[in-house]
Amino acid sequence: MTGGLLLPLGRHRLRTALAVAGVAVAGALLLDMVMLSTGMRSSFRTLLLVRGYQLRVTPKGTLPFDNDATIPRASDVLRALAANPAIEAATPVLGAQLHLLRAIGPPITAFALGVDPTAEGDYALEAGRDPALPDRMIVNALFARLGGTRIGDTLDMAAGFDPEMRTVSGRRRLVVAGRGRFLYTPSDQPVVALPLATLQAMEGAGRTDRVSLVMVRVRPSVDPERAAASIEAALPRVSAISIPSALRQVDERMGYFRQLALVLGAISLIVAFLLVTTLVTVSVQEHAGEIAVLRAIGVSRRHVIRLIALESLVLTACGALAGVGLGCVTAHYFNAILSDFPNLPAGFRFFVFEPAAGWTTVALLIGAGVLAGVYPAWSAAARPVASALRREAVA
Amino acid sequence: MTASVPLLSMRGVRRSYRMGGETIHALNGVDLDVAEGEFLAVVGPSGSGKSTLLNVWGAIDRPTHGSVSLRGRDVGTMGDSEATAFRLRHVGFVFQRFYLMPALSARENVELPMAEAGMAAPRRRERARELLSYVGIVAREAHRPAQLSGGEQQRVAIARALANRPALLLADEPTGELDAATGADIIGLFGRLNADGTTIAVVTHDETLARAARRVVHMRDGRIVGDGAPHAP
Repeated sequence: MTGGLLLPLGRHRLRTALAVAGVAVAGALLLDMVMLSTGMRSSFRTLLLVRGYQLRVTPKGTLPFDNDATIPRASDVLRALAANPAIEAATPVLGAQLHLLRAIGPPITAFALGVDPTAEGDYALEAGRDPALPDRMIVNALFARLGGTRIGDTLDMAAGFDPEMRTVSGRRRLVVAGRGRFLYTPSDQPVVALPLATLQAMEGAGRTDRVSLVMVRVRPSVDPERAAASIEAALPRVSAISIPSALRQVDERMGYFRQLALVLGAISLIVAFLLVTTLVTVSVQEHAGEIAVLRAIGVSRRHVIRLIALESLVLTACGALAGVGLGCVTAHYFNAILSDFPNLPAGFRFFVFEPAAGWTTVALLIGAGVLAGVYPAWSAAARPVASALRREAVA
Repeated sequence: MTASVPLLSMRGVRRSYRMGGETIHALNGVDLDVAEGEFLAVVGPSGSGKSTLLNVWGAIDRPTHGSVSLRGRDVGTMGDSEATAFRLRHVGFVFQRFYLMPALSARENVELPMAEAGMAAPRRRERARELLSYVGIVAREAHRPAQLSGGEQQRVAIARALANRPALLLADEPTGELDAATGADIIGLFGRLNADGTTIAVVTHDETLARAARRVVHMRDGRIVGDGAPHAP
């Protein structure tokens, strides 16, 4: 019986639809803000863990590729890591710049990664093969497009290039063995990966036996934080950065995004609250006569409050569900816009949908909707029946 | 005129309220008894206090002074929830504009007070059908109010008012929105109800309805100025 008494919603379909749409828009913004506030951490965490490496060993006090600093005597570090029983695998990576020398036109400068070809720690192979031989490399799609290269092409690459003197250093002919999607580099950057020893050799004596970082996978039974502590204790020249530690750094650097999300999320919640309050208040005013009659025939004040609160609940629940769908669509669009955000890995997402974000949004909206119904419900139920009937008769 | 143990009794009842900065004395010292089984019509010009009298009887308004008792209960001093529960079980209301719930069918409208009283669904459905049959509209039980004529809607409203077997049926201008023929049908229905034992009090401007009652109370300026059998046409 109670469900059938949801009067104004069914009778004013256009108005109800518009109100639901309004709540849905507010809900979509709220969901996006919840996704933004939690999504960056989630996305970064997923990205860091995508290859199963829980630790990054970097030069003391630096973040991965934060500057040009490198770890000297890398072979000693790798030996020490191999001897650590907590560690399952350690993959060294050297970052540098390489130039594609072309017969016509200026060289194309790419970010180069010296890697262990058997590990595929920094990239996912899309076509071809890993650079298993010393003169092999893989390239990303942007490099292939800019250089007009294909798998199997032999390229003239140099570690150093002086544009004024037109001199090059560390020159090698490298064969494109495959095409890969690089996980940690921006999408608008040409990138290549080649065997670590080859890149070290091309870089010259200054970079021999140096790496930018070592990616470390700990054994399943080992706590990564404890493993990080043991690495730093054994190797004073390095920092071992765990995922939580990296996420703390992300939080510090991107705190303003979270603040923005909080403010906009709160605004969208207030808008939804005001919208539902307005609509339900108008409905209650319009149906004051019916409410008075319900009270006159013996329907309790509590029942009337429950009916009106239910009305606002239904309104916000419909809006919230539509808002979750709309929010996912807009988040996808926002992610596409922000994919060119400078210096962020191509796989990084600002807005990540997780069930918890959806539930949080729905719960917040429904809570706001029920609260929004409290005032109109109370005012309707508290109105003296006789005077309400008298006003209705006069009207 | 009244029975020895009145169903409804009011003594020295006054009701004043403020409207637009002015104090209106809607009831100005009313004494009245209504016996069980009576069919009473309250007549008088607009603003004479008829509807206020009905509201005080039905425990939806409280007297400023004086006492009102229905079936021995002092309805004038009841709190809101007590008065609501009392109305639900002891008073049936019929309004000029029917006021059926538009989203509910005719049968569901009749079930509403029974549902509020906690009656089990199968029982109230059965009683709703009985009542709709009594008022001659059971064939339209599944129809919504918008699909019913004015007379049909008033029949449903009467059935709703009878749902919890009230001690007193109160009707405020029940024929006011109906044409003469349909109004006559409703008056006939009230007569049948009264003949079957229902105590009825109607407020009306409708002379035909007043003549159908067995007792007519005339009001003017919040006072009873006449009380007796209806005049012949």
